[in-house]
Amino acid sequence: MLEIKNLHANIDDKEILKGIDLKVNAGEVHAIMGPNGSGKSTLASVIAGKEEFEVEEGSIILEGEDLEELSPEERAHKGIFLSFQYPVEIPGVSVTNFVKTAINESRKARGLEDMPANEMLKMIREKSELLEMDRKFLSRSLNEGFSGGEKKRNEIFQMAMMEPKLAILDETDSGLDIDALRIVANGVNKLRNKDNAIVVITHYQRLLEYIVPDYVHVLYNGKIVKSGTKELALELEEKGYDWLKQEATV
Amino acid sequence: MDLKEKLVSSFLAFEDGLDLDNPVHEVRSAAIKNFEEKGFPSKKEEAWKYTSLNSIQKVDFSIFPKKETALEYKDIKKYFLHEIDTYKIVFVDGVYSSYLSETTHDGVDVCLMSSAFSKPMFRQVIEVYFNKAASKDESLTSLNTAFSKEGAYIYIPKNKMPKKPIQILHLATGNEAALMLQPRNLVVAEDNAEVQIIERHQSLTDNEVFTNSVTEIFAGKDAIVDYYKVQNDASTASLVDNTYISQKDSSVVRVHTFSLGGKLIRNNLNFYQNGERIDSTLKGVTILGDKQHVDHHTLVHHAQPNCESHQDYKGIFGDSSTGVFNGKIIVDKIAQKTDAFQQNNNILLSDKATINSKPQLEIFADDVKCSHGCTIGQLDEDALFYLRSRGIPQKEAKALLMYAFANNVLESVRIPELKARINKLIADKLGVRVGFDL
Repeated sequence: MLEIKNLHANIDDKEILKGIDLKVNAGEVHAIMGPNGSGKSTLASVIAGKEEFEVEEGSIILEGEDLEELSPEERAHKGIFLSFQYPVEIPGVSVTNFVKTAINESRKARGLEDMPANEMLKMIREKSELLEMDRKFLSRSLNEGFSGGEKKRNEIFQMAMMEPKLAILDETDSGLDIDALRIVANGVNKLRNKDNAIVVITHYQRLLEYIVPDYVHVLYNGKIVKSGTKELALELEEKGYDWLKQEATV
Repeated sequence: MDLKEKLVSSFLAFEDGLDLDNPVHEVRSAAIKNFEEKGFPSKKEEAWKYTSLNSIQKVDFSIFPKKETALEYKDIKKYFLHEIDTYKIVFVDGVYSSYLSETTHDGVDVCLMSSAFSKPMFRQVIEVYFNKAASKDESLTSLNTAFSKEGAYIYIPKNKMPKKPIQILHLATGNEAALMLQPRNLVVAEDNAEVQIIERHQSLTDNEVFTNSVTEIFAGKDAIVDYYKVQNDASTASLVDNTYISQKDSSVVRVHTFSLGGKLIRNNLNFYQNGERIDSTLKGVTILGDKQHVDHHTLVHHAQPNCESHQDYKGIFGDSSTGVFNGKIIVDKIAQKTDAFQQNNNILLSDKATINSKPQLEIFADDVKCSHGCTIGQLDEDALFYLRSRGIPQKEAKALLMYAFANNVLESVRIPELKARINKLIADKLGVRVGFDL
């Protein structure tokens, strides 16, 4: 589904990603771990098309199509979804209206009519129940005054509504207490299927107890320095990142 | 003949038709004298540094409209907040339209200044309040005072509240090639009274209109006054709005100004706190394009201890539009424990758009909390990326962010239908076409 080849990306002439190779197949969950500043969030932003990063070399290919020339919204229309570490507050626009807008813009880009209102409402009800969200929550202004947990839950709710092919969860576990973490992870797990793929970006192993990955990659200093199965996450939890840093320098 | 000469020379003719024994005659005479001395403000004056009235003075305005024009309600319905029942005071080319209005004397007085000036039953209120808050010094206020004859008169006695909100609508039909209007409004809410007022100036053609308006608002002890100014006029209409507010103990006055259209708008909004535990709120949303110009000059004078003021003005400026925000806060020496907050945030959408923002704090007390902040910037790139990553195209995403930026000023609007209406105006103005449930 997703293939990243020798990806180099800069911001303000500073190289952050220094040659990343990653292949994610449909039905898989990949975890990308690594210490602060290793380039995890940059990788997520570059895949989603953030324009302040310059791709100097390499390519990102989604289902055979090179994404290089595509804007963030075009990538979203192709089925990429990024769950933000820090979702933005939009006063005056309710969660429901925002989600409706996002879905219908994507449908329009695919040459489809707006989703019928009753279908939309049904879907909103189903997906909000999946994330144990209160109805009142949906009429609140997007992310405004939301707690950390509510923001993340809302991100996954949007993911559920948009049904992406590839979802990237950037530090979705940060700022969550254990109950919120369980609800969010549970939601993500229910959205997993053989046709989509999920990339989980996290600093800690904790989230991976709930969203169990097929593969774990360690990002350090802009490169993937180690890949393995879920056991690698446990090893990292136990030993920290220092041994990998040393390995990488050698 | 320039506009000043024309105005001064027509004063005698104007007063001829009025009752010269009326005490207001003295007030008018003093006022025209002051205007004659000072004339129109020029850019040499600090307070008018960024706003020029030169081009207005070159227009040959009719000062007294000649004939009455009948308008059909269906043609102007959209300028009313028609979703709810309200009292209405409507003026067409400066002349009261009883056909379009709905006034009352049922426990409260919602009627006309012309009646208040002439009828004995209102004389006491006029004597106590008329021209008592308005400046005797500022020349355009004096000009309005000199020609004060018509406008809205709203008197809410102690412990009363009108059954419904009040709308004041000033319409200009374009009967005259160029028309100057000088409405004079008086709003008195006695102790523990409450009132909600919506005011709008609307020109119906492309003919030039210049309105020099003065409104005096008096809030008694524990009174609550909400005043909403909807400024979304034609691109040939200019407005100088002078509003003077005098508040007593524990009163709450909130003025919201929505400046979304017009050629030139100058808002002089002045609050005088003459009591303790007073709450004054001044909020504004300004969204401009083309060569439009809006100048907000606010003054909050904290003259007694333990009072609060909240100012929040948001501006979005596109094309070659210009904006001014000048927020003056005076805290007298005895006004200890004052809590004064002022915020002015602006977004410039084009290289040719300009905003001049200036806080002016004069604080003579030592135990006060005064904060002010001013920002001028572009849209937040991270926020834009967030919206685009959800599939919302760049243009819509920008519009949505501007909408959100302006929107939080609306939180304190207490008439839901008005809030929805302003929301829609803002959304339309910004080209937000997302599926709002409006």
